[in-house]
Amino acid sequence: MAKILKTKMVPVPSKSIVPERDIDKKPVLECHNLGIDFGGLRAVDSFDLTIGATEIAGLIGPNGAGKTTVFNLLTKVYQPTRGTILLNGVDTAGKNTVQINKMGIARTFQNIRLFNNLTVEDNVKIGLHNSVRYTTASGILRLPSFWKKEKYAHERAMELLSIFDMQNLGNWKAGSLPYGAQRRLEIVRALATNPSLLLLDEPAAGMNPAETADLMETIVKIRDMFGIAILLIEHDMNLVMGICEGICVLNFGKVIAKGTAEEIQNNPTVIEAYLGKGQVQ
Amino acid sequence: MKTKTMKINKSHKFNSFDFITYLFIIIAFIIVYFLLSGGKLNNQQVGWIIPVCCYMTMAISLNLTVGILGELSLGHAGFMSIGAFTGVVSYIAFSEAIPNTVLRVVISMIIGALMAAIFGFLIGIPVLRLNGDYLAIVTLAFGEIIKDIINCLYVGFDSKGLHFIFGAFSKKTAADLKLADDGIVIINGAVGVSDLKLPSSSIAETIRANAKASGTKIKASVAKLEGNTVMFIIGAVLVLVSLIIILNFIRSRTGRAVMAIRDNRIAAESVGINVMRHKMIAFVISAALAGAAGTLYAMNMPTLQSTKFGFDTSILVLVFVVLGGLGNMLGSMVAAALLYILPELLREFSTYRMLIYAIVLIIVMLATNNPLLKNFISKICSGIKSIFAKKNKKAAVADNISGGDNNG
Amino acid sequence: MDFLKYLISGVSLGSVYAIIALGYTMVYGIAKMLNFAHGDVIMVGGYISFCAMMYWELPIWVSIICAVIVCTVIGVIIEGLAYRPLRQATSLAVLITAIGVSYFLQNSALLIWTANTKSYPSIFPGNIELFNGELTISVVSIVTIAVCVLIMVALTFFTDKTKIGKAMRACSENKNAAQLMGINVNRTISLTFAIGSALAAIAGVLLCSSYSTLIPTTGSMPGIKAFTAAVFGGIGSIPGAFLGGILLGIIESFAKAYISSQLANAIVFAVLIVVLLVRPSGLLGKKIQEKV
Repeated sequence: MAKILKTKMVPVPSKSIVPERDIDKKPVLECHNLGIDFGGLRAVDSFDLTIGATEIAGLIGPNGAGKTTVFNLLTKVYQPTRGTILLNGVDTAGKNTVQINKMGIARTFQNIRLFNNLTVEDNVKIGLHNSVRYTTASGILRLPSFWKKEKYAHERAMELLSIFDMQNLGNWKAGSLPYGAQRRLEIVRALATNPSLLLLDEPAAGMNPAETADLMETIVKIRDMFGIAILLIEHDMNLVMGICEGICVLNFGKVIAKGTAEEIQNNPTVIEAYLGKGQVQ
Repeated sequence: MKTKTMKINKSHKFNSFDFITYLFIIIAFIIVYFLLSGGKLNNQQVGWIIPVCCYMTMAISLNLTVGILGELSLGHAGFMSIGAFTGVVSYIAFSEAIPNTVLRVVISMIIGALMAAIFGFLIGIPVLRLNGDYLAIVTLAFGEIIKDIINCLYVGFDSKGLHFIFGAFSKKTAADLKLADDGIVIINGAVGVSDLKLPSSSIAETIRANAKASGTKIKASVAKLEGNTVMFIIGAVLVLVSLIIILNFIRSRTGRAVMAIRDNRIAAESVGINVMRHKMIAFVISAALAGAAGTLYAMNMPTLQSTKFGFDTSILVLVFVVLGGLGNMLGSMVAAALLYILPELLREFSTYRMLIYAIVLIIVMLATNNPLLKNFISKICSGIKSIFAKKNKKAAVADNISGGDNNG
Repeated sequence: MDFLKYLISGVSLGSVYAIIALGYTMVYGIAKMLNFAHGDVIMVGGYISFCAMMYWELPIWVSIICAVIVCTVIGVIIEGLAYRPLRQATSLAVLITAIGVSYFLQNSALLIWTANTKSYPSIFPGNIELFNGELTISVVSIVTIAVCVLIMVALTFFTDKTKIGKAMRACSENKNAAQLMGINVNRTISLTFAIGSALAAIAGVLLCSSYSTLIPTTGSMPGIKAFTAAVFGGIGSIPGAFLGGILLGIIESFAKAYISSQLANAIVFAVLIVVLLVRPSGLLGKKIQEKV
């Protein structure tokens, strides 16, 4: 099992809380009053969240609470109806998904979205698209820069795959991988884009307890290796309570509680949201 | 050091298939070259060579759009048309500036490709915003629009340069071009190009003239053969260059991004790939190669109308691509050659030949999509692969590279 | 007056497109395939009715019924033999097969009826003169428009109100779910092809009696245009096909009259492109957004 993180969460000047070690650093993500309407439905409303530079944060809530919608807002798959998102202190208003990725957010998807007909290695190399660059012409003409950069991309891809011990699967078609490996590959691909904030949408879905335990260790390892922040949506409470330093609970599009694992576990509103009113003794 | 390079080579798994593609095509061209220059082919067969080269190029360029970019284009013949007519115009316009016929053909091909690329870009702006069948119908629409517009176009050339008129809104004839006495009408509206002096016969004439100057005599038929051989070499080089461009493109950063968009657009965006930009690059390359193929096609036709490049031709090329396999360049080229030659071979059955063609097409589609047969084929394929894998394993052991990574 | 004349001829031409487009759109809606052979079924309808009238000397109505029956049977046979085995295949494979079927029909017609142009008799002869003879409208136009409206109303009633029509809509939404609800999907698709082909036969008769020429490729261009009309109105939508067909006919008629007869087709296609850019799924099409 992964070590249970014992982090003291401290308030930063903007009234939000981040882990103690991140107090002097600029928060990686600050959302203020974020919201989106679909027609008349307020899918997400007045969503505030601050994530410290190296924090592992969790976003939980019952089905249909709007968790994935928050991810889609952060990555600008949907443009927010209101509110601001600051990424490393820079406002992301008017940016599109591609620009958001270049600014430092990478994500995985709830329903796995790999490039199924390409190899595992190519999937990771596509993640490296913006960091290992050469022109189309030098690719077609096979100029020296092509060979140099491709060699580097190959090495880098193998290095990243080795985080999950997948370097031997490089030539597999991504679509033919087992389910758990596909989820891991998605994380590797996201990491390849060199993010400062990694969004994981139900990374443990469909994994058995042993795999989940492995994943927990790896998530912490990724945070430590890359020094990045991670925000994850997860229904597996062992995982969330085990590794998330700050947890945000969403219900009906609104934040109903924020705090450390311990605080959330004892929060009556959260228990009510998950179990219903009558169950609370 | 050695182990490292081995590892890198291993990472490019598909290169072995690319190698087979190149090998196969080069061997095929060498065989055709010896048959042609040895005078072993009859006139009818000689006549197939250039169109086959054109359709091979068309097929792989369309495969880039359909197989790699993953968008169905039903108007690819439009780019061929642009290349063909631009090519003819520049071929005639440069007849004095560039006396060397081969050089002139090559330059015309480049100009044809550039023009097609420009139109590919302009058409790509609206087309690539759409998806699926809507994109398909819009490419069809553009193909038809190009056909109709060229059908109304009059182009002439005289000592003052090129003259254009567009005869769609009022009745025009070639006389309206107001050419000087030395002028030639190149494109005459719906009549199109007529009486083009083919580069192959120009080359043949030059050869005879050179021989005469040096005091030897060459038979007209021999010179003609030489001319055809030179044109074949140009055609073969076009196919090879197109193949190199496309395969290198696919195995490069940009090509990977294009395939990523094909497989999952949303995921591609999420890793920072600019979808429009990459779609456009692939589409423009595809259009440019089709333009070059069109120029070569026109160089083989004494007369040419824009109606030749309609929906039917687009579909013909699409059939090559689908039968050859999406993303499979070798398959596209083989399908193009076979399916061009098949109806020609069936000429003796005259009226029945297209019927036979249609039936063959339907049966092949039904057979290749039959689940039973598909399983059978994939079993054979994996059998062949495992034989190769064994060989590789032996090689790996021989090179002392321990690898527990054989995925079987 | 000229304007009115062109408008009426446009609506009449558009009605033919609309009838063909209805067939296209129904087949697309349910089988999710571009049936490029649809245009050639029109041609077959034209030839059958021609033969029935000229060679077998049957009355007009009987000839039309003959054409409808033959086309319906052909449509069902094509679906059963060529498309049904490909239900799980990629849409491109089905498209190429449809093109194969199209070639097959064209070349069969070429063998049976040769490439010579047949001059189709005008089955609704006569003109109606209005405004002291300033405006003449052919009876064919009126009949075409009336038939089109009738078909449109009947189809809407059929798909909205009848049990089979509901089954059709269920299949076009989700075939697997429809099957689980006890709907015979194969039979429903066959029925759709039957209706589409019957409509194509009627369109063939109307088209040929307006233009009076018949060759084996008669159906190709109207087929492509009707396909354009279906996309224009939003493919899969029955009112969309109707609207698209009529609008396309009007645009074509005006373009021929006021801009350029050579560029009429190009203008029709240009309008389609503009419409799709503004409304990417056609005038009345449903916008489907991929869920992330």
